[in-house]
Amino acid sequence: MLRTFRIGGIHPPENKLSAGKKIEVLATPKQVIIPLGQHIGAPAVAVVKKGDLVKVGTLLAKAGGFVSANIHSSVSGKVNKIDNALDASGYRRPAIYIDVEGDEWEASIDRTDTLVKECNLSSKEIIDKIAAAGIVGLGGATFPTQVKLMPPPGNKAEIVIINAVECEPYLTSDHSLMMEKAEQILVGVTLLMKAVNVNRAVIGIENNKPDAIAKMQQLAVNYPGVEIMPLKVQYPQGGEKQLIDAVIRRQVKSGALPISAGAVVQNVGTAYAVYEAVQKNKPLFERVVTVTGKALANPSNFLVRMGTPISCLIDAAGGLPENTGKIIGGGPMMGKALISAEVPVCKGSSGVLLLTKEESVRKPMRDCIRCAKCVGACPMGLNPTLLMSCTEFKNWELAEENHITDCIECGSCSFTCPANRPLLDQIRLGKGKVMGIIRARKS
Amino acid sequence: MENSLYVSPSPHIHGGDSISKNMYGVLIALIPAFLVSLYCFGLGALIVTATSVLACVIFEYLIQRFLMKKEPTLCDGSAILTGVLLAFNVPSNLPIWIILIGALAAIGIGKMSFGGLGNNIFNPALVGRVFLLISFPAQMTTWPVPDVFPMTYTDAETGATILSSLHEGGAPLPAMVDMLIGRIGGSLGEISAIALLLGFAFMLWKKIITWHIPVSILATVFVFTGILYLVNPTVYVNPFIHLLSGGLLLGSIFMATDYVTSPMSKNGMIVYGIGIGLLTAVIRIFGSYPEGMSFAILIMNAFTPLINSYIKPKHFGGK
Repeated sequence: MLRTFRIGGIHPPENKLSAGKKIEVLATPKQVIIPLGQHIGAPAVAVVKKGDLVKVGTLLAKAGGFVSANIHSSVSGKVNKIDNALDASGYRRPAIYIDVEGDEWEASIDRTDTLVKECNLSSKEIIDKIAAAGIVGLGGATFPTQVKLMPPPGNKAEIVIINAVECEPYLTSDHSLMMEKAEQILVGVTLLMKAVNVNRAVIGIENNKPDAIAKMQQLAVNYPGVEIMPLKVQYPQGGEKQLIDAVIRRQVKSGALPISAGAVVQNVGTAYAVYEAVQKNKPLFERVVTVTGKALANPSNFLVRMGTPISCLIDAAGGLPENTGKIIGGGPMMGKALISAEVPVCKGSSGVLLLTKEESVRKPMRDCIRCAKCVGACPMGLNPTLLMSCTEFKNWELAEENHITDCIECGSCSFTCPANRPLLDQIRLGKGKVMGIIRARKS
Repeated sequence: MENSLYVSPSPHIHGGDSISKNMYGVLIALIPAFLVSLYCFGLGALIVTATSVLACVIFEYLIQRFLMKKEPTLCDGSAILTGVLLAFNVPSNLPIWIILIGALAAIGIGKMSFGGLGNNIFNPALVGRVFLLISFPAQMTTWPVPDVFPMTYTDAETGATILSSLHEGGAPLPAMVDMLIGRIGGSLGEISAIALLLGFAFMLWKKIITWHIPVSILATVFVFTGILYLVNPTVYVNPFIHLLSGGLLLGSIFMATDYVTSPMSKNGMIVYGIGIGLLTAVIRIFGSYPEGMSFAILIMNAFTPLINSYIKPKHFGGK
């Protein structure tokens, strides 16, 4: 029996069209647009100005607070301007435009392919290097990694859990990374273990990636304390709380941090970025992005420099199909629908998914028939249809009483609903409202 | 290009489940039971079912179109299902005019007066059935005797059901085998335990329903009647007779599991099932009616909102 999380969950069609495709290096565009807010927390503060010359890896903006992250240049060239640019959120926000000239890297970056296993740095030095490299959670949540590695007082890390489940349909960036950079990932994992002073790490991989499981298992024997755990395919297993439940059978209490269960969860892509930052002095300025969709000619996995417009990725994968209805940044369950293909690739961009016009339209909604399928699907054990009604009738007390703030916005309820009710749309609204009320009450 | 993109919040895909898929799924699950009743009650079964389905569909259409002035939603199959379930709960020799009244009560009072599918408090087919049982007690309790494809309808030969003869206190009980395959008297669709269980298995396989409600009802009835049987086997019958007779299987598999009128959490479903099981057994053994399934379900339907507000799903990370 393979493990999985114990409450709810769904199994959407996997559609991993780009599985098994090698990671291709995408050509550098003529201009990159690097937003200052690519992570959760305060936006970074620009340290360059118009006309400055930068190299690949040059610091462009430094963290703007405790929960924030540095941002580095992904290209060499000249800063064209610092201006508002459309990002994945649909808003225009400050970004640094760089006109690309050549491809000159900072001298400190080790560009060789040699695997560096040894590391004599202390925990604090590792964390400092991770912070300096601007690493954030690469699964899509983009929480600054160094913050997660510094547990608040009173909490002690017992285990590092690596999220390699890639439970979102279509996406294969983590899968391809494991196939090509397995050894580097494992070194990255040991660095994370050292950073939080634990001697056990589990890499959770869903069972639909048997080649990655085999490869990682074969190499992991050389890394004491690192275990590969195949998991049953179940969405949303990549949710932090769900993964902790699946791997160590502990449920993080409502409103508590994962560290309260002794777990530090990091994405597999993050582990790779940690390896590059600590062992190769390479800041986070490029990442693997899956470009996929049923109508797309050539679904692919690309190694992309941050700030590259998404249109460049689509062109490289065979061009925008005629009947494209939606461009999604991320996967189909939790990704964001983009309003333009000119949005740049950011640290949190795990994929670009193109849906056809037919796939993009929701079916008409009917009255709730109280079939309770949403209740069965909810991985947080909530009653989505009740929470939707609470929002519709603005009954915020009842919503709070029924734990609306625990919703992880995975979308399993809306996906399941036979009456096509937009459960998550409404719950998201209500959750925002209730969180506002709670904040106001505390202050 | 820029303006032709759809933008909506996630999730961007849907599992493809729909109300009609579930309704037609239940109808498919009812096919074995219908075939058995065709075999045993012949022409009568056909006429009663066809009349009931047609009447329910037409009443739903008329009410939606002319009273509620909404777009009719006939294609979802829920009116067909109500029609079939109403037919399955009446004798196969019931005259057409009584069936029409039952269909009007089921659709009009049971369903549409609350606002249609999803808003009703009571199971519509049972509202129709109980309406008829109270209004036409004689016609509703004369049961045709099973035969082989009989070409009879209201002229069918009638006899007692197991529960009614138990209630009268007489008549020998049929063999267990006859109860399993359906060679017994009773309402049109309730006679064959095997056919109904086949439908149950199908619905579990297709994830249309979960096991919680039917199993908790059956277990409760079994335990309750079993205790009485152990205490005094001369007065109380074998619990297996209770499981296989009357509308217990039809009710617990197809009527108590109605989405709209049953609780939403798993624990709530079990409480609801235990309630139905207890009420059914109490009515059967101590009440003045021989069968209590319909009343038990309707009473627990009324408790469903209460169960929903007190018994919540198991919350992640909760105590």
